[in-house]
Amino acid sequence: MSQTFRLSVNGAVRTVTADGDTPLLYVLRNDLGLNGPRFGCGLGQCGACSVLIGNVPVRSCSTPLSAVQDAAVVTLEGLGSIDKPHPLQTAFIAEQAAQCGYCSNGMIMTAKSLLDENPHPKPEQVRQALSGNLCRCGTHTRIVRAVLRAADHLQSAKVTP
Amino acid sequence: MTAGLLRLSRRAFGRAVAGLTVAFTLAPGLVFGQAKKLPGSLLNNRRLDGWLRVEPDGAVTVFTGKVELGQGILTALSQIAADELDLPFERVRMVSGSTAETPDEGHTAGSQSIEYSGTAIRYAAAEARRLLLERAAERLGQPIDSLVVEDGVVLTADRSRHLGYGELAGGDLLQREASAMVPPKPAVRRRIAGQPIPRLDLPAKFTGGAIYVQDLRLTGMLHGRVVHPPAYHADLLSLDESAVRRLPGVIAVVRDGRFLGVVAEREEQAIAARAALQKAARWSHQASLPRSDRLHQELMGMPADTSQVNSKGDPTKSTGGRRLEASYTRPCLAHASIGPSCAVARFGQDRLTVWSHTQGVFPLRRDLARVLGMAEGAITVIHGQGSGCYGHNGADDVALDAALLSRAVDGRPVRVQWMRDDEFAWEPFGSAMVVRVAAELGADGGIVNWSHDIWSNTHSNRPGSNAGTNLLSGWHLSQPVPAGPPKDIPQPNGGGDRNSIPLYEFPNQLVRYHLVKEMPLRVSALRALGAYANIFAIESFMDELAAAAGIDPLAFRLRHLKDERARAVLQAAVDRAGAAPPAAGDGLPGRGLAFAQYKNHAAYVAVVADVAVNPKDGALRVKRTVVAVDAGEVINPDGLRNQIEGGVIQSTSWSLKEQVRFDREGVTSRDWVSYPILTFAEMPEVEVVVLDRPDQAPLGAGEAAQGPTVAAIANAFARATGRRLRDLPFSPDRVRKVMA
Repeated sequence: MSQTFRLSVNGAVRTVTADGDTPLLYVLRNDLGLNGPRFGCGLGQCGACSVLIGNVPVRSCSTPLSAVQDAAVVTLEGLGSIDKPHPLQTAFIAEQAAQCGYCSNGMIMTAKSLLDENPHPKPEQVRQALSGNLCRCGTHTRIVRAVLRAADHLQSAKVTP
Repeated sequence: MTAGLLRLSRRAFGRAVAGLTVAFTLAPGLVFGQAKKLPGSLLNNRRLDGWLRVEPDGAVTVFTGKVELGQGILTALSQIAADELDLPFERVRMVSGSTAETPDEGHTAGSQSIEYSGTAIRYAAAEARRLLLERAAERLGQPIDSLVVEDGVVLTADRSRHLGYGELAGGDLLQREASAMVPPKPAVRRRIAGQPIPRLDLPAKFTGGAIYVQDLRLTGMLHGRVVHPPAYHADLLSLDESAVRRLPGVIAVVRDGRFLGVVAEREEQAIAARAALQKAARWSHQASLPRSDRLHQELMGMPADTSQVNSKGDPTKSTGGRRLEASYTRPCLAHASIGPSCAVARFGQDRLTVWSHTQGVFPLRRDLARVLGMAEGAITVIHGQGSGCYGHNGADDVALDAALLSRAVDGRPVRVQWMRDDEFAWEPFGSAMVVRVAAELGADGGIVNWSHDIWSNTHSNRPGSNAGTNLLSGWHLSQPVPAGPPKDIPQPNGGGDRNSIPLYEFPNQLVRYHLVKEMPLRVSALRALGAYANIFAIESFMDELAAAAGIDPLAFRLRHLKDERARAVLQAAVDRAGAAPPAAGDGLPGRGLAFAQYKNHAAYVAVVADVAVNPKDGALRVKRTVVAVDAGEVINPDGLRNQIEGGVIQSTSWSLKEQVRFDREGVTSRDWVSYPILTFAEMPEVEVVVLDRPDQAPLGAGEAAQGPTVAAIANAFARATGRRLRDLPFSPDRVRKVMA
């Protein structure tokens, strides 16, 4: 049964009408016109659809709409834009850390959560944090470098008065 | 730079919404064989204005039939055009892969885009620049040699007068056939080609820009899904669709023979309707597949067309030396794109427009026309980016699905994305292969004779062939259009026999390809085609021979290799790798080396791999790889590195983990648990050494690392354990078995 839900997405309150069982992914993409979260498997296995809820990376393909009421959802668009990118997005550009880029959303969102929890990750901690996110083009080494670069940048931005 | 591509996507997508169609304006190529031979893709797309358009503001639009697959081709082609035109990089705009606007360059495949499209664009741009200069000389009343070009502006020598490209280009300037008589710039004068220019498309991909076909949203667009049969060979016995029709949002339930689909208002409604339709359909199953553990034996026993790929000297010559023989196998491999295939289709006034991440808009259009019974001229196919494909995945199939579903709802636009199991179970795989190599080792360590036999299905069942269709749902309709007879790609590129002719100087050799026509599993092109297995076999066997001869693997290779560039990459990889690391307590250490020149005429790649083998649990870990590559002139060094790094990691994934699983009825690898790929925890370090040769022709490199990587891993394993892995993948089971 369709119901109306109020959601907080990227800091704005949005109202959508859909069945409560609808995976959050389709609401974000089709009702709210967001492109960051992407359909990869619908099974929570690949991570392409990742969003942050309370700074925890969540698989939006297998999270029902009814479960996210009142929770603050952040998508890739909520981190930054082409004109004002987040340091992670800047670092991914600097390292050219993609080929097709279909998995990038999940990599960046998962890395955001990691850096918030652990601002100085070691390379193996980055690999561990991203081990549930799949990349098929083989850009893993670049992705790890980009996350470490972003960590460096965020750290130097903090210590600079 | 970013804005350029975004403009392109918005424009392309916007045009769709507005319902405009752009007439196909390219003049047909001259009759083949009567015309002058032009370089690259100019050969079959001879009009200058088919490649370039100078805009009134002096920017230049470049039209290419090659498409962005995540390999960075549009950035590299922009660099070539900007350099040759003396234009700032930002003033070149790319239009790619549209049957309405761009040249027909077939498929974007085989690491050929720089060689073909890049060469065409380079010559076309050089000639356009010359024509602009000639016109400027006339208008300015100055000798042409006295003029200079800076940033798209032609200046007199004293800089007192100038004319921009936009002012010069009016009318019919480029409405002519290319002559290829204007030589492109020499390497030393290139300023943009050769630079690591950042990719045009990445900022949008990292910030949520609408850049994929998946992101296309047309006004009134509906969502479709298909229900595939439960097995390769299944007949639909009955279908009660009434309950499905009553589900919320369902607009149509489509049944045409064995093709089943649903169209709904919302995407999740289409997915729910698909699940209901799956339950509502009753099928008869046929166990038509061989036992998966007997696939290779069955392949070798099936009727085959045997061809002689190469013969040299006397392949039977013997000096009574030691004879070695070994067989190597690879399983079927999946493309396994992270994003399942997607397309949007819209019918309007007997015209079909399809947005697709196909590798070839024109070949797809030919097959769509054949299945839908339409004239090709009534169909427009426009490329939009998708998830990386690595060859022929479900991209083309889902385009037909979208067209069939749009036709069923009065032409309303329908977006179809395959579900994960659609992609895994129905994509065409890279064929299983058996390669048997034999050689006689002379008393001096030389190779007296060499033979190489391949058993494989074809590696190319793409759309656009001469007969039938390779679009899946075309086979399932009540009036089916079956697949045409399978053929493979002939040498010098080769399909299953790609890279089967050793680059080594063996005086006596015989290479044969047994092309098996019967295809138990659906197969087509997967990155590197047969080169992956052939190089695995040749380069493993070279190490086996070197060991038998008691010669160092590098020295053994160099002894049989005359090509200086081949020798150089081998030496460069070994030099960069340095001393082999000592045991680190994480298993038996081993280092392996392997080499190939992709297709024997593209990039040279040598790989050194360091592995650790745990004899208890069978875990084989690739820790570090060093790759040396010679791709001739490098257009974008970072793009090249990215392709090589990705190739090494993907090949490591294939080699250690991947195998399409199936039972007697169909494919059982249907998700990432049943088809696992390499994860961050398992990835090797990759160091790339680029041997830049700006004076040499650019050589395709996108698929060049696949073969040498697998062989280097196998050779490293052999060095670590004294045992040989000859069957892929190198799973813990296999490792334990060969070590037992």
